[in-house]
Amino acid sequence: MLHSQKQFLPGFFILLVALSGSAADSRLALPSETTRLKPGAGLEVVNANCLLCHSADYISTQPPLTAAQWRASVVKMQAKYGAPISTNHIESMVSYLVANYGSAPTNSGMKMK
Amino acid sequence: MFNGLPPLRENSRRDFLRAAGLLGIGSFLLGVEAAEERTITLPFENGIRPLVPYPQKRPLIRHTTRPPQLETPFAVFNEGILTPNDAFFVRYHLTLSPPPMELLEPEKFRVVVQGKVRQPLSLALGDLKSQFEAAEIVAVNQCSGNGRGFFKPRVPGGQLGNGAMGNARWRGVRLKDVLSKAGVREGARHVLFNGLDKPLVAKTPDFIKALAVDHALDGEVLLAYEMNGQPLPWLNGYPLRLVVPGFYGTYWVKHVHEITVTDIGDENYWMNTAYRIPDNACGCVEPGSLPAKTTPITRLNVRSFITSPETGTPLRAGAETTVRGIAFDGGHGITEVLFSDDGGRAWRRAELGTDGGKYSFREWKLRWTPPRAGAYELKTKATNRIGQSQPLEPLWNPAGYMRNVVESLQLTAI
Repeated sequence: MLHSQKQFLPGFFILLVALSGSAADSRLALPSETTRLKPGAGLEVVNANCLLCHSADYISTQPPLTAAQWRASVVKMQAKYGAPISTNHIESMVSYLVANYGSAPTNSGMKMK
Repeated sequence: MFNGLPPLRENSRRDFLRAAGLLGIGSFLLGVEAAEERTITLPFENGIRPLVPYPQKRPLIRHTTRPPQLETPFAVFNEGILTPNDAFFVRYHLTLSPPPMELLEPEKFRVVVQGKVRQPLSLALGDLKSQFEAAEIVAVNQCSGNGRGFFKPRVPGGQLGNGAMGNARWRGVRLKDVLSKAGVREGARHVLFNGLDKPLVAKTPDFIKALAVDHALDGEVLLAYEMNGQPLPWLNGYPLRLVVPGFYGTYWVKHVHEITVTDIGDENYWMNTAYRIPDNACGCVEPGSLPAKTTPITRLNVRSFITSPETGTPLRAGAETTVRGIAFDGGHGITEVLFSDDGGRAWRRAELGTDGGKYSFREWKLRWTPPRAGAYELKTKATNRIGQSQPLEPLWNPAGYMRNVVESLQLTAI
């Protein structure tokens, strides 16, 4: 499984290069993606499941979110946006996101579904 | 907190990049253009963003790269009542955005009008210009989530400062005229708008927005091909976008190429699940809670901002200065802007500037002399023609939409 994710990423970046190179006019070339997610346990699963549809800054610019909020985001991507996320990856994705881009629940208690 | 003018701390990354280059990790990780990258710090946690030039754009605050979300640096709003095209904010939803330019060129691009119409149409840009009367309107386009980064408690989503808005002179043709030519049939309820931006994954809902038929036929909604006298920038919807005066930007579908008249409801994901607010008078709930019932977001509420002086500008006690800014609402028109230099205890009226129309930014200004040395908290509060104003305390909803609190700006006189 991890092996296939490693194969997936280079292919993905080649795809990006191909897309960015498709602008006929070089004045219309879009800047390349520069943000990389923090290293940590679960990074490969997050890269493989999240970065197909959006750049890493969709994650890195968020405020510190609770586990419930990160889980809600991942589930929304799977259920509402049709992202091909295996349900058995969700908890390791949430663990990574909370450890690297998260916060403990506060008394103000965000009750996001 | 500040009203959106981010503190102008631009941190050059060149030194870092030079060091990174010496270590041999620079260009691969950061990209070539990053060598010129500067950052801006928005005044909330995790608010550092790069300022990045995009095609046809000056360096803008980049929140996200793919798809791109770019915010206008707030100082731009002090340049004039119209927001320059090269500074206008950018917001996309779907992975394959913006659409490739070759799909948008005049020989290729067509907009179709289909569904419950007597005569389906397929129109090139030239057809729109030659077959219909041109119409213009000055109107504010504001992102539903403008100012989301200031929400407390914070909410997920694009963490915008207050620069995801802009005011432009839009020129195009009336949607009403185009729909009339097609002939809307009896029983039509909604008109759906789809643009050429696309999802990558087939199961992702395409970005389609709906207007009620009566709204689509009101004569104010435009299919616009120009913005401030120029063709639309690529990233703002070239060659054609919907302009829905008074409504949030989510309805202003870019690169619009399919207009479908239907007799069904607005059942698309982007109407029925996303872009919804609590279904009550304030569009708000107790911070941290969920609404019992929601409804699609629609019309802009009242907002006002100080655009000059900028926060932190040192002033001299006893010396007169001009305070200026902008105010706008969802189309009733601004009738009054009040100003306070004591955190909102005493208010006095500002002078309104040129009237650009009821959907435009309205400039305002007043002369103000800080009477003594010390700290000042400046506030402005606008009111529209039907008496709607701005709350002194922020309203909250879980999606981070419709922020319109009376904003504050901190200054010190010496």
